[in-house]
Amino acid sequence: MKSLDEFCQLVAEQFENTPSSSISPSTEFKKIDEYRSLVALSILAMIDEEFDVQLRSDDMRSASTVEDLYNKVKSYCE
Amino acid sequence: MATLRFKDIGIRAMAACVPRQVVSNRDLGYLIPDDEIDFTIRNIGVEQRRIADPGCCASDLCFAAAQRLMQDNDIAPSSIDVLLFMSQTADYRIPATAPLLQHRLGLPTSTMAMDLSLGCSGWVYALSAAYAYAAQGLRVLLLDGETFSKIVNRFDKVDWPLYGDAGTATLVEAGPFGESLFMLHSDGSGRDAVIVSDGMRNPVTANSLAELKTANGDIHSGLEVYMDGMEVFNFAMKRVPKSIKDLAAEGGFTLDEVDHLVFHQANRFMTDFFVKKLKFPPERVPYCLDRYGNTSSASVPLTMVSELPSRLNDGARLVLSSFGAGLSWAAASIIMQRCSFSPVIEY
Repeated sequence: MKSLDEFCQLVAEQFENTPSSSISPSTEFKKIDEYRSLVALSILAMIDEEFDVQLRSDDMRSASTVEDLYNKVKSYCE
Repeated sequence: MATLRFKDIGIRAMAACVPRQVVSNRDLGYLIPDDEIDFTIRNIGVEQRRIADPGCCASDLCFAAAQRLMQDNDIAPSSIDVLLFMSQTADYRIPATAPLLQHRLGLPTSTMAMDLSLGCSGWVYALSAAYAYAAQGLRVLLLDGETFSKIVNRFDKVDWPLYGDAGTATLVEAGPFGESLFMLHSDGSGRDAVIVSDGMRNPVTANSLAELKTANGDIHSGLEVYMDGMEVFNFAMKRVPKSIKDLAAEGGFTLDEVDHLVFHQANRFMTDFFVKKLKFPPERVPYCLDRYGNTSSASVPLTMVSELPSRLNDGARLVLSSFGAGLSWAAASIIMQRCSFSPVIEY
């Protein structure tokens, strides 16, 4: 399982115009200006590819920080 | 398990008809901030769509396509034994639309005519039914059309930029077509992912017309489509690539042997992801999404009619993949032999 920092980097890559240095585990990713439903789909696709986990839209809705999302993914991997 | 195999049944001819009116997604400034329009178009892959006039139904588009197919191929109305109409935007609640099309097309009263209703997976399902009737020696005219413009709110950011209207006609009969395989699946636990909520379970009242705002700020009434895009993506990501791999395994062929992979034109982001996941050559995945949008169950046949004629060799193996409301998904492998394609016409 990838580390939280690696996960954070992967999430950051889904944003085109937001510098990855500005995204940390505690970032509330839905509050990033560029965040919209298509970015959410990119994140879901990345999680499917990298972790073979298919998150539910409820999982996405209830996560606020990058770390919350990482913990969701982790719970499916366990 | 719904795995269906057929031998020497196939598609003899196809035609499609779209409304004349072109709506460009570049004109969605009232709905999407100007600086996001390009991003949206690039991601969903829909530049423009065709929208039916208020008086034009899916059946009208299918009628025009069917007429063209019959003219171009000298098909006598009296030779049609079965008429299937697949749509979720039929003319009336009662009666079914298929008998009206039987009459309008001048088919004999000995023709069986029946409506089928399913989401975006619909045409592949209906095609399996057409093959099953054709395996009885019957000639089947399968009409599939949708006018989602009538059931999508113009202030719904998720759905309005996506959907277009179209009607298609497919003639299925026995002939030297080789083997075909269909694998069909359902999961009704995903009922709420794509839904028009008001009908019989939730009776239609004056309140059904009230426009509701979702958490994302999208607007729709109880008589209009609501789609949870993330839930649909999650479902499709989990089911669609696997259904194609399973089809190939069951059919004893590899994806390298597939000449064209025709997807339901859901949105570009989604199908590009599947193509990448399947490691399938993108140049063998035809799209008409950019010009016609997501035409729901009509999208697979519309893509075939608009994109395949110039690149289809006899004996080509097509894999068809469709998925949508229900939830419901389907994969099929068919062999194309001397299929006659009429050009896409306008209504």
